[in-house]
Amino acid sequence: MNATVMAAQPSTPNNKIKRSTGESIGTFFIYLVVFLFAVMCILPFILVIIVSFSSEKSITLNGYSFWPSEWSTAAYNMLFLPSSAVPQAYLVTGISTVFGTLVATFITFGAGYTLANRSCRYRNGLSLYFYVTMVFSAGLVPWYMMCKSLNCYDNIWALIVPSLMFNPFNMFLVRNFVRGIPAELNESAKIDGAGEVRIAFSIFFPLCLPVLATIALFYAIGYWNNYFNAVMLVNNEDYYSLQMLLFKIQSEITALSNLSAGAMQTVNPPKESFKMATSVITMGPIIILYPFLQKYFVKGMVVGAVKG
Amino acid sequence: MSKASAVMDVGVGKKRVNPIRELWQNKFLYLLALPAIVYTFIFSYLTLPYIAIAFEKFNYKTGIMSPFVGFSNFEYFFKSSWAWTVTRNTLVINILFLLVGTVCAVVLAIVLNEVKAKRFLKTSQSMMLFPYFISWVIVSYMLQGILGTDTGLVNNMIVAAGGSRINFYSTPSYWYPILLLLNIWKNTGYNTIVYLAAITGIDEGLYEAAYIDGATRFKRIIYITIPLLTPTICIMTLMSVGRIFYGDFGMLYAIIRDNSSLMPIAEVIDTYVYRTFKNTGDPSLSMAIGLYQSVVGFILVFTANWIVRKKFPEGALF
Repeated sequence: MNATVMAAQPSTPNNKIKRSTGESIGTFFIYLVVFLFAVMCILPFILVIIVSFSSEKSITLNGYSFWPSEWSTAAYNMLFLPSSAVPQAYLVTGISTVFGTLVATFITFGAGYTLANRSCRYRNGLSLYFYVTMVFSAGLVPWYMMCKSLNCYDNIWALIVPSLMFNPFNMFLVRNFVRGIPAELNESAKIDGAGEVRIAFSIFFPLCLPVLATIALFYAIGYWNNYFNAVMLVNNEDYYSLQMLLFKIQSEITALSNLSAGAMQTVNPPKESFKMATSVITMGPIIILYPFLQKYFVKGMVVGAVKG
Repeated sequence: MSKASAVMDVGVGKKRVNPIRELWQNKFLYLLALPAIVYTFIFSYLTLPYIAIAFEKFNYKTGIMSPFVGFSNFEYFFKSSWAWTVTRNTLVINILFLLVGTVCAVVLAIVLNEVKAKRFLKTSQSMMLFPYFISWVIVSYMLQGILGTDTGLVNNMIVAAGGSRINFYSTPSYWYPILLLLNIWKNTGYNTIVYLAAITGIDEGLYEAAYIDGATRFKRIIYITIPLLTPTICIMTLMSVGRIFYGDFGMLYAIIRDNSSLMPIAEVIDTYVYRTFKNTGDPSLSMAIGLYQSVVGFILVFTANWIVRKKFPEGALF
């Protein structure tokens, strides 16, 4: 295993040599398999998007379908009714994701940087300190009691602080990355008169951006997709995150979005398409950021994982 | 993944250090690490005393100082039929995921490595990675859209073909395949990254030599790719074996929820601990079950890491 793995796709050794027919058929099947699996991976999302734009009548009549008999945006209109809980949940999730990710990334960088620094004599002891928590955890009940006693309960902190704000796995990613940077850089900066703060933030921080982007993504996805914290620690509907809202809606749709308030006139409130529309706007940021996201994700995973 | 990379530095100076001097000299470094140290201390080390609850009859007034009852909470759990059910389900589901998941990830990595058209490769890889970023709650919505009894896609097709509707959500026997498919669908793209990275790291000269010697693609895969990929597969598998006692709460609770007809096959230790806590409100009992999981889980993780360290020193976590 070495660090340059992503550098180049192996080129076909000899393009001029004629391939056998067997190999050409093999190539065809390889492309077919890859294509089919890739399509299978996104087809369900396309279904969700299509259903969210279907009219409720066509859903009750024909069920979920890729070709609804009637299109409609009623579900999306409903999302933004004053009685809808979705905008509030969006706000709560957005705030916790942005704030949490920034803090988490900073904390993780600090610890990872220190653990990679050779002048820090206790770095192995600290590694052990963090590693222990990765192999043994006391479990759900102590975690819950700790959150309660810290007052991370029924407020926005419950969605930000417990579990999500630091992950030793990410810290080791950062540490391994920093270790890959030549130590001479540190020494020469010192000789040039740079203080420790400067070395950490003006020299190493920018160099670490690839791995920091990766862990920031880990954290952001963790925050955005988390429903566990809300299930465990939040009863107050004002602090429901999007995922929690979705989780609740599935069984008790009318309870939360108070459909009757704005949709009285429609005999058949768009229940199914409403659920799908909520899913679509919950996935929205991920879909929009996706091209950027996956580029850094693959890069960072490889950088951190494959030790030189 | 960095799980597969060494945590410890080798060759640390053996000289004794004066703690105060060391802390003062590197005060900035320790200050940088302090938030993480404090966070870990609070959410990991400070939670350990609460384990005592497992041996007590918990009372919210007395808290952690509640009356001591010895092992009766454990007894209660191990005498119930759930002890075996949830242990078995956790193991069965995880082993199924692990075996089939690894095979799929490795096969996909090998297949992807044979794709030479760069754009096609990139596009299909991004498509395969996409489900990984989507929450299980949304996946559970999709699943309902696909398997739902009245409006689901599959049932519509069955009806269109002249069959009668299947009530998936009340038939346990369908669910291991369904859960397995879901897991593969969601995670294979992600799991492939590590294997593909390992394959692309293989010396290109080997393939060229084999090509010149007339080895077919199949032979190149069998005799070069797979042997050289084996250490990575072993490390990744061992790491997962270590986690075999921990169920995927995020997945199973989002999909199974409180569906009691599926619980006999899909209730895992994690969801059971949660449900016990929520339904009985008795922290002592769920703490006892949680402790059972933590202890067995710890032994497994530790053993797995130990084996990795012995057999694959370059991939050891600790």
